[in-house]
Amino acid sequence: MKQTEFVNAVLPFQDKLYRMAKRLLVSKEEAEDATQEVLLKLWSKNDNLEKYKSVEAFAMTMVKNFCLDRLKSKQASNLKLVHSNYADESRSLQAKLEAQDSVSWVERIMEELPEQQKMVLQLRDIEQYDYDEIAEIMEMKPTAVRVALSRARKTVREELTKKHSYGVG
Amino acid sequence: MELVRIESLLEKYLEAQTSVAEEKELRAYFSGENVAEHLEEYRPLFAYFMAAQKESYQSPVPVKRKTTSLIYRWVSVAAVVAISLSAYMGGSIMVGPSDAEIKEAEMAQAEALRAFDLIAQNMDRGIDKMAYLSEFEEAKQKVYNDN
Repeated sequence: MKQTEFVNAVLPFQDKLYRMAKRLLVSKEEAEDATQEVLLKLWSKNDNLEKYKSVEAFAMTMVKNFCLDRLKSKQASNLKLVHSNYADESRSLQAKLEAQDSVSWVERIMEELPEQQKMVLQLRDIEQYDYDEIAEIMEMKPTAVRVALSRARKTVREELTKKHSYGVG
Repeated sequence: MELVRIESLLEKYLEAQTSVAEEKELRAYFSGENVAEHLEEYRPLFAYFMAAQKESYQSPVPVKRKTTSLIYRWVSVAAVVAISLSAYMGGSIMVGPSDAEIKEAEMAQAEALRAFDLIAQNMDRGIDKMAYLSEFEEAKQKVYNDN
C-alpha cells in the first residue's frame, strides 16, 4: 500500500479512532497521541493489512488495547488522570453542549461507566456499528456485547432521570 | 400511535435489542420538536450522541516518519555506492600525483629558486660593499708603516 492509499484508507475511520481514544483517555492531547500511535503502528504493519478482514475493526481494536494499556500503566504508577484541558476541550462541541447543559450530563455520566460499557456504548450509539462489528472490535461474544450495552444504557438513563427529576446538574 | 411505537422502541433500546435502523428512528424522533413530556429526559441522551459524532481528529495522518526512513535507506545505499566507487576509482588514480599537482609542484619549485636567486644577489651586493672595508685596513697599515 502506498502512502496516499494508506491515508485514503484510514481517512473514513480516523475520527472514530480518535473519539474512541478520547472516550477512554478523556484528555484531548492524550487521545490525539493515542490516535497518532495507532496510525503509525498501522502504517508499519501496512504490508500485511490485506490479511485483516476489516482494517477498520482491526484499528479500533488497536486503539482500544492501546488506551487500556495507557490507563493501566497510569494506575500502576499511581498517577491520576489530570483533565487539565477539560474546560476548553473541543470548543465548538462544548459551546453546543453549554447551550443545552443537560446534554453534557450524558458525557459526564458516560465517564463514570466501567470501561467496557463505556466502549460498547461509544461504538453503538455514537459510531453506530452493528453488533457483530462491535463483538469483533471488543474481542467479545455478541451476547456479551448486548449485555454490556444494555447495562450501559440503563445506567445512563437512570442517572439522567435522577438529574432530570432533581432539575439540577 | 407514534408514541406507542417510540415507547416500545425505547424498551427494546434499553435491552439492547434494537437494530441500527430502529435507533436511527429514535434519534430522529428525539431531535424533533414534539417529544412527549414524559420522554423529555431522553432528549439530551440522543442529542449528545449526535453531537459526539461530529468531533473529529485534527492532526494529519502520521506517515511521514516511515517515508523519511525510506529516504534514509536510499541515502545510505547511495553513500555505500559512492564510497566503494571512490575507493575503486581511487586505486587507479592515486598511483601518481595528478597533472595539476605536478604543475603546482613545479611552480612552487620555480618560486623557491627565484627566492634563492634574490637572496644570492643581495648577498653579492653586500659582499661588494664589504670590499671597501679593505681600504681601512690598507690605510691602517700605511699609518703603522709611516710611524
